[in-house]
Amino acid sequence: MRGREDEWTGLMRSAMAGDDAAYHRLLKAVTPVLRAAARRGLARAGQPPDQAEDIVQEILLAVHLKRHTWDSEAPFAPWLFAIGRNKLIDALRRRGKRVFVNIDDFAETLPGEAPQETASAGEVAAQLSTLPQRQRDVLQSIAVEAASIKDTAAKFSMSEGAVRVALHRGLAALTAKLRDH
Amino acid sequence: MDTDQLIRSLAADNAHRAPRVGAMLTLALLVAAPLSILIFATFLGVRADVMSAMRNPFFDMKFAVTLSLAIPAIIVSLHLSRPEALLRGWGWLLLLPVGLLAVAIGSEAMMAPAMPMTMRLMGKNSRVCLVAIPAMSLPLLAGALFGLRHGAPSRPALAGAFAGLVSAGLAATLYASHCTDDSPLFVATWYTLATVVMTVIGAAVGARVLRY
Repeated sequence: MRGREDEWTGLMRSAMAGDDAAYHRLLKAVTPVLRAAARRGLARAGQPPDQAEDIVQEILLAVHLKRHTWDSEAPFAPWLFAIGRNKLIDALRRRGKRVFVNIDDFAETLPGEAPQETASAGEVAAQLSTLPQRQRDVLQSIAVEAASIKDTAAKFSMSEGAVRVALHRGLAALTAKLRDH
Repeated sequence: MDTDQLIRSLAADNAHRAPRVGAMLTLALLVAAPLSILIFATFLGVRADVMSAMRNPFFDMKFAVTLSLAIPAIIVSLHLSRPEALLRGWGWLLLLPVGLLAVAIGSEAMMAPAMPMTMRLMGKNSRVCLVAIPAMSLPLLAGALFGLRHGAPSRPALAGAFAGLVSAGLAATLYASHCTDDSPLFVATWYTLATVVMTVIGAAVGARVLRY
């Protein structure tokens, strides 16, 4: 556990220093852990586990948009799990459940748990369709079609800067919609 | 959208750099402060005898008390804007203004009283105090909440309460230069009441707007 969390902290430091690949690896590495914790939390609240992926995606968006609140001198895992707990509590509350989150849902992970392949979730996809056209196009292109920022810019005859702005605004708008809906 | 696709889009946005919460809070307070100062200049103003008042340690003590509330409240609210932060180990900072007030009340009690205690406590400006401090706090509270929205507090109501303390501490600092009631008993009663009002408002609004 310790070694894994140290690795996360190292990856996050590199990510904050501008290493996009390290950031990608970090997000991929934490996702199965978040998923397992979200499933445990849902099970504890008597909820079906099929909403776990929605919670995972909300956590990832929050991690992304709030990563400037992480102190690069501090370990990454406690910060990540605090966001995870917060989003799990929010999700349960929205479903009108008495919230009873075990603080260990995120801290302890069972190493045996099979890391599932990627999974779809309904809420991000549903909110995506409510975004302004341009933000939606850019997000579709980069997320779904795996196009680079450069290729996306060429495709929509936009500047790369405009693509970056639309991408960031789209992600921020998605997060706000998920929080408030 | 599946999670791998979402992660891809997040990684593509890694170049985006947000300012630190402290920078946003500072900026927001600097934008809000002129509004509070405008309220102060329009309706209150510095008291006429300010030069002689400055030689009165109880006048100076008011600023020590209000700033020892405002500055620690800023520090704690920034601390609380991190998701994993706990209040534990930081809450004692709120004892600073309380301790200062206690010392001031104690020293005033040891001096030959110029006025009876109830007159010092009631003062002449209690109503103005109760209106002026919250009124000057409101723009600062809006600014503090705006700045703190940039953070990710796990307890939004608590963070909002501290935003209320920040605003009340700063507004009370302005008000202290207007008010002719210098007795620590007056400060402990009326400033505290105004501060409690702002703390409650801050907590109520923070619970809604500081969720991330």
